[in-house]
Amino acid sequence: MAGAAVPGRLGGRLRWHAAELLERRAESATAATLVFAVPGWPGHLAGQHVDVRLTAEDGYSTQRSYSIASASGGERVELTVQLVADGEVSPYLTDDMMPGDRVEFRGPVGGWFVWRPERPEPVLLVAGGSGIVPLMSMIRTRREAGSRVPFRLVYSVRSPDDRLYARELGRESPGLDVTHVYTRRAPDGRGRPPGRLTPDDLVRHGWPADFEPDCFVCGPTGFVEKAAAYLVLLGHASGKVRTERFGPSGG
Amino acid sequence: MPIISRGFRGRRPAGDHELPPGQYETFDFPVLSAGPTPHVPLDEWEFTISTESGAEHRWTWADLKALPAETPTVDLHCVTKWSKFETEWQGVSLDVLFEDVESAADFTLVHSYGGYTTNIPLEDLTDGKAWIAYGYDGEPLPPEHGGPARLLVPHLYFWKSAKWVRGIRLQADDEPGFWESAGYHDYGDPWREQRYQGD
Repeated sequence: MAGAAVPGRLGGRLRWHAAELLERRAESATAATLVFAVPGWPGHLAGQHVDVRLTAEDGYSTQRSYSIASASGGERVELTVQLVADGEVSPYLTDDMMPGDRVEFRGPVGGWFVWRPERPEPVLLVAGGSGIVPLMSMIRTRREAGSRVPFRLVYSVRSPDDRLYARELGRESPGLDVTHVYTRRAPDGRGRPPGRLTPDDLVRHGWPADFEPDCFVCGPTGFVEKAAAYLVLLGHASGKVRTERFGPSGG
Repeated sequence: MPIISRGFRGRRPAGDHELPPGQYETFDFPVLSAGPTPHVPLDEWEFTISTESGAEHRWTWADLKALPAETPTVDLHCVTKWSKFETEWQGVSLDVLFEDVESAADFTLVHSYGGYTTNIPLEDLTDGKAWIAYGYDGEPLPPEHGGPARLLVPHLYFWKSAKWVRGIRLQADDEPGFWESAGYHDYGDPWREQRYQGD
């Protein structure tokens, strides 16, 4: 594993940076993408996350970690935040915060769950729910880099309404195969009946193990446990299966 | 001068627990790990302490379970910001396991089934500060939380409490482990907010 987790000077990653909200777009009924301008941001690798600090007027402050959704690089950073109904932070980010308001960013964080465009191996992305976010950064980084590395995304969501990035993922993109696995309700009567991800879904829509793909699995704990175990069962080396848990814990 | 997030009120911690800086309280038990969960059959499981001179001390599952157990109630602080208070564990104090180990080393590298490693100074594993835990909340420790057994060293950020622990190597030098090589702090004291290298 590389020691240099992130490009750039260490100092830039340890400092808190002011992050101003430029715009917010709804991604689903309960998730929103927030676009921030972060002057001096050292840039990130696809798959990394950021520490976000919020401070109230009386000085009380709290922090959360969020995965970055936008492509690698630049001072414009997008986060997609899933609303946790009784959460402390997510309702502020998804509803109350207005363009011009600011939080602070520190990072980027995480040097393991990352995809670098110079890697030639095919890539399998397995997302459960809002676990799509860091994988979307990989898809966007691939596109922006003009990479021709073949990508497959298997994206498990409850129903068509719960898909994030639906329009962007619905567009034809050479070398990127997108498969949705609906767990509760599928679009009208076609295709796979609704149900949880199975090994067969990964056989049909993933890569054979002897292609030795880089596998990235992100979602809630139960989903990640199962999906990663299926991949190992199908012959993928456990060292090729990188996981990230994405849980609404305290939101 | 901190930047104020306009309109953010936040929620002051309701309990009587003091949170380390930048942490918030959670009541569920989030899971973090870098890869698939390894499954280790108990009849193949073993735990090893090896020293800088090459001596090895081994325990089978039955050996471990035969040692006197403790039931520590401890607070957990994860570098991803959550803290969980008053968690109840069952396991063997490392003081018991280190009892007959001869070493002049100051550092340890803890290693796990599945290949995970983490570095911890030896003095942070002794004197009632660390356990090999195999029970959580009155039940056997589930695999996703590190079962059959994990290190429990609650005064450091929780990534130091290596899941699926397999052994501890005593060594003269501090050698970064898995997350420490990826930019996380070598020591990881939550009260000093030592999250990343350079903190």
